[in-house]
Amino acid sequence: MSDEEPLLEVRDLITAFDTDAGLLRAVDQVSFQVKRGRTLGIVGESGCGKSVTAMSIIRLLPQPMGKVLEGQVMFKGRDLQKATDAEMRQVRGGEIGVIFQEPMTALNPVQRIGKQLSECFLLHTKMSRKEAWEASIEMLRLVRIPAPEQRIGDYPHQLSGGMRQRVDIAMALACKPDLVIADEPTTALDVTVQAQILDLMKQLQKDMGMSVILITHDLGVIAETCDEVVVMYAGRVVERAPVAAIFERPLHAYTRGLLDSMPKLDTPRKSVLPTIPGMVAGLADLVPGCRFCQRMGREGPVLRERPLFEEIHSGHWVETCPNCFEEPA
Amino acid sequence: MEPLLSVRDLKMHFPVRGGLLLKSIGAVRAVDGVSLDIAPGETVGLVGESGCGKSTLGKAIVRLSNPTSGSIAFNGRDITKLGRHAMRPLRSDLQMIFQDPVESLNARLSVRQIIEEPLVIHSRGNSAWRRQRVDELLERVGLPKSAAERYPFEFSGGQRQRIGIARAIALEPKLIICDEPVSALDVSVQSQVLNLLLELQQEMGLSYLFIAHDLAVVKHISDRVAVMYLGKIVELADADTIYQNPRHAYTRALLSAIPEPDPRLRKKRILLEGDVPSPINPPAGSAFGHRIGHPRYEETIGMDLGLAELEPGHWVAADPCCLTPEDWEKARNSRS
Repeated sequence: MSDEEPLLEVRDLITAFDTDAGLLRAVDQVSFQVKRGRTLGIVGESGCGKSVTAMSIIRLLPQPMGKVLEGQVMFKGRDLQKATDAEMRQVRGGEIGVIFQEPMTALNPVQRIGKQLSECFLLHTKMSRKEAWEASIEMLRLVRIPAPEQRIGDYPHQLSGGMRQRVDIAMALACKPDLVIADEPTTALDVTVQAQILDLMKQLQKDMGMSVILITHDLGVIAETCDEVVVMYAGRVVERAPVAAIFERPLHAYTRGLLDSMPKLDTPRKSVLPTIPGMVAGLADLVPGCRFCQRMGREGPVLRERPLFEEIHSGHWVETCPNCFEEPA
Repeated sequence: MEPLLSVRDLKMHFPVRGGLLLKSIGAVRAVDGVSLDIAPGETVGLVGESGCGKSTLGKAIVRLSNPTSGSIAFNGRDITKLGRHAMRPLRSDLQMIFQDPVESLNARLSVRQIIEEPLVIHSRGNSAWRRQRVDELLERVGLPKSAAERYPFEFSGGQRQRIGIARAIALEPKLIICDEPVSALDVSVQSQVLNLLLELQQEMGLSYLFIAHDLAVVKHISDRVAVMYLGKIVELADADTIYQNPRHAYTRALLSAIPEPDPRLRKKRILLEGDVPSPINPPAGSAFGHRIGHPRYEETIGMDLGLAELEPGHWVAADPCCLTPEDWEKARNSRS
């Protein structure tokens, strides 16, 4: 690791939702950094706070329930939490591009894709309509949509899922952002199309030098694309490490549980798969202490006191709960 | 051994209507000549990209739709042409588990009513017996008894899938069509449901047709695997064999697209360009050869691209575009 300034640094982020049951913390003191040109993966089960973390960064939390209570989001040296709404509009789509999970709902169904794409250029650059249109065709070509001059006049429903996701990527990349946040960009796609999209993203990242935050629940996707990984559980980061360390030397029981429960191609057929017992507790029932211990049905002081998040090896951080943290022999 | 299910040359075409009078202007060849056997106690995995016809095949087998042509024999009896009434007694042997447990459970019924419904329809036991049976079933799939009086929305995705499984096994079926049963679940929950399906198979001697797009999951649960492309099976073999030694170019591409959860294995993928071609008026020759623009594509127009047995039990479409020259030679010889 160099002492180079990270592109994005999230420090002690706490995001809560105002509900009938009170203020519930969906993200509870999350910290991580994204370096320039690198890919950070955020992995965890549904409801662990991955997407809420991402939406807190770009301030697109559902309003009025979602609130960032504490913490800083330092992007290129300034705190995005303190930026005005107008400044944020410039950041989103300009310096930070976002790729959403559902390419059907992320695009406006009643506008031609050309109009939606050129909007990015019109909002963030001084291009004329004609130039923006030309630039949009270029973007479609870049994401390898065949016959972009024709496709640009299509409506989203005329495109397949993979094509729509490419349009979504084109929109996120249109203004050459420094950071792209991709929230489950390939979850809805077939493996073959997923492979195309991941390959495309890797290539574009190499060409344009941007950083990526990739949110997914698929450890295979993480292994193939990320440099560093953040494992989230119940609103907290339980482990953070370079990708090789996560897969070869996972230190937290939850990370190990996730890795083990996935059938791999070399798992003996029809063998009993390891599982993680229990379920994630609801937001309202989460304990202040170790939440994975809570899931495992353990009792006592571990549930009361929050475990420390410590750097065990260089760059390898883990919640050092006495039950869940284990250094492999 | 006599197969439990035997599908022969099954076709399922849907008319495409257009023009002023909504005349039929073509057909979606969703399933286009599929033959498949499932033995008692066996799991056959069915994989392929979306739109390849795997779900349509599953639905046709349980006769939720009427096949265009071909035959389906279940337990030695031809069920292709049976009407709704004649099918009813067979439904207790043929069940289905769906991908989306939210949509496949009636939100207005309590869990007890949902699981009891098949028992009521097939007039099994009296109400006291059924009550006890529902409790047993819930326990069997790992849900508390108290779940019976609650409603589907109160459960998580994994629990809802357990409810769907309890309903499917209520009548002690012989074959269950599992249509993407774990695709919507998180990995930790997915492994729980897979374990449950494997246990139930052992206990009850169930056969499964397991439809999924996650190849690692399919390999784990299946004895044999069929790979489907544009309405046709292109390769069919023992699960280990198909993963270790795939012979068809499409199977190889599909396998190489799986992201392996091991960063050391970042591999050079065989990237497929484009999407699955449309099953409306598919290419005349080899569909996959057409997609990859194979130089021998023209030859395959009008050629019989049916399955050939390369090794005992290893079937592959006899298609010069998708096989190595040696395999193509072998396939041709084995068919003549």
